[in-house]
Amino acid sequence: MMTKIAFVRKKEIPPSAPPITEVGLIGWLRQNLFSSWLNSILTVLSVYFIVIILWDFIPWAYGGHWNTKSLRECLDLDPDVACFSVLTARWKQLLFGLYPAEEYWRPTLTFIFLLLAIVPILFPKFFRFFWFSIIYPGLAVWLLWGGSFWSISIIYVGLTLGALFFLTLIRQYLKNYMIAVILAFLFTSVFFLFISNPLVDLLNVILPISLPFVESLKMGGFTLSLIVGVTGIVASFPIGILLALGRQSNLPVIKMICVGFIEFIRGVPLITLLFVASVLLNYFLPPGTNFDIVLRVVIMVTLFSAAYMAEVIRGGLAGLPLGQHEASASLGLTYWQSQRLIIMPQALKISIPGIVNTFIGLFKDTTLVSIISLRDPVGLASTIRADQKWNGIYWELYVAIGLMFFIFCWGMSQYSQYLERKLKTDK
Amino acid sequence: MKKLFLGVLTAFALAAGGTFAGTLDDVKARGNLLCGVSTGAPGFATVDDSGKDVGFDVDYCRALAAAIFGDPMAVKFVGLTSAVRFTALAAGEVDILARNTTWTYSRDTDLKQTFLGVNYYDGQGFMVKKELGVKSTTELDGATVCIQVGTTTELNLADYFKENGMSYEPVPTADNAESQQQYLAGACDTYTTDASALHGTRVNLENPDDHLVLPEIISKEPLGPLVRHGDDNWADIGRWVLNALVIAEEKGITKANIDSWKDTKDAEIHRLLGTGDDDILAMVGLPKNAMYNAIKAGGNYGEIFENNLGATSGINIERGVNASWTKGGILYSPPFR
Repeated sequence: MMTKIAFVRKKEIPPSAPPITEVGLIGWLRQNLFSSWLNSILTVLSVYFIVIILWDFIPWAYGGHWNTKSLRECLDLDPDVACFSVLTARWKQLLFGLYPAEEYWRPTLTFIFLLLAIVPILFPKFFRFFWFSIIYPGLAVWLLWGGSFWSISIIYVGLTLGALFFLTLIRQYLKNYMIAVILAFLFTSVFFLFISNPLVDLLNVILPISLPFVESLKMGGFTLSLIVGVTGIVASFPIGILLALGRQSNLPVIKMICVGFIEFIRGVPLITLLFVASVLLNYFLPPGTNFDIVLRVVIMVTLFSAAYMAEVIRGGLAGLPLGQHEASASLGLTYWQSQRLIIMPQALKISIPGIVNTFIGLFKDTTLVSIISLRDPVGLASTIRADQKWNGIYWELYVAIGLMFFIFCWGMSQYSQYLERKLKTDK
Repeated sequence: MKKLFLGVLTAFALAAGGTFAGTLDDVKARGNLLCGVSTGAPGFATVDDSGKDVGFDVDYCRALAAAIFGDPMAVKFVGLTSAVRFTALAAGEVDILARNTTWTYSRDTDLKQTFLGVNYYDGQGFMVKKELGVKSTTELDGATVCIQVGTTTELNLADYFKENGMSYEPVPTADNAESQQQYLAGACDTYTTDASALHGTRVNLENPDDHLVLPEIISKEPLGPLVRHGDDNWADIGRWVLNALVIAEEKGITKANIDSWKDTKDAEIHRLLGTGDDDILAMVGLPKNAMYNAIKAGGNYGEIFENNLGATSGINIERGVNASWTKGGILYSPPFR
């Protein structure tokens, strides 16, 4: 009889702790910072540069003066630290430009409403509040520029009536879309040409609601950056989609127009278009026409960004297999149905990084308007320096402006990453 | 095709120009003056902490507005960068441009503008560190010079050193801000730009007394307000408001004592302030007391200078050539009669 020497383990061996070099802080360091000799050198160099920058920056910023009356006073107190007093004295101008001080609540409210208005667009579970996003543009224009409440709201009334007229025609009297569109367009034109003005005058008498008018010359600071940036972003997106579709169209005329537009705009620097908006347009318009400078700039920025947007979205469209088009056609979907239900959702998803990239670029490009004399934060910085009290201040202003732009751009980038994770269907 | 385009452009410009004939009437109808100023030039135009427009050029436009409307606040200031200033004037976005602009031949003729006179004689100067021991620009042979590229100052610099048989090494910079930083960092021995800007910069350096603006001025930069060609009456108004401010200083009329000249024997003062019998300002379509209002707005030329560029402003520019001719300067107004 053989002795039983076989050993059967009844329990699993508890896992031993991983080597200290693989987990915890040391593991993380080894993996991320010192995984090879090249990475180690880069890490050491980076740490060195970060330290020497912070070594100067932190005492400079931390000890900074906030309450002096002028740069001279700062220098007399301690010339080696920051003079943030310029921000104390001018932060309102950096935010609101030359907007009248007693009306600061208006751009502030507009900004709060902006945050509320983009929530339904950004997060689908709040989509039931989309009506607010629709009325927001009119509300923002009224709050910022002021004037009669009715002259802005009449635009909404006119467009709503036009849409209702169109729907009634289609549902009850007509089958032909084209004729209905033309009739509805005529109806709306008649409303705006003949009815709206007397109606506004009447309403102004019955129930005068109006805010003091603030002209575009007074717009500036981050308010201006946001006006130009947000309008450009919102308006260029749909135009970009249409241009991208137009560029792929089978109709030669549409295709030619779209290609021509995109290539022309992309071939010209933004600053050139801004110069056209600022100086050249005035030669062509009849004298005495007051075509608002901010509106002119917004239009140019929108067109510029729409051309780039179109190409980004075209990239997304090109990324879709041809089978998707054919499949939707075989289901009997019309062109617009298939775009809306099959093509665009996929194409846009692919293009998210590119789209947000264009948005961020557009937002930062708004600082170019300082060259055509608008007082955006960068333009204001030179205006502030022209005040002898602050003549010679550079870092403090640019650090503050840079920080504010960073917050907005970083926010956009974070949202795009959230959206990409959320829409990720292929694991 | 290009010719056609230019033709159309000219036609538009002419059509536009035609309606500029009565600028004074346009201004009166609008109820305010549109004055183009710099978006930011120390001492000349900027906004203060409370958002109010201030500066030497700003005060001139306030005087002009006061002359037309009796109200120095009836003016809207349009900040213009140097890139768009002339087109803004030509396109009618502003009625007058008072934007520390140098009066040159080609700007006067080719750009079809009328300069109304000189309100500040500027010129290119040099700043050096005192420790360098240099007392005059003639001692700058072999120096490294921070210079803004693409400006007239760059050309002036080359001319000046060549004329005086000296050599220099340029350190190119993009703007005054960069020049200043390079100079302070020791990248150049001296930095050069308009003397008025040098003074403004020096005052706010860490230790102003360590730096010196050399006495020599190597170029002529006569700055002045300007209007479009084609409306001589409007140009006359602008020119004589400027002259009135200069005469007021010459005669000792100030913002404070302007009401005490009613009994003076000086007939020119009566004509100027509208306290005499003849109303010569009707010739240009201004009220009789227009110049009284203009001087009352911000004081005479000397007071405006003092408040914006002189000791009161903190920039501490000496009057120098900008003093009245009676005090050794070259400011000299034609007689007001």
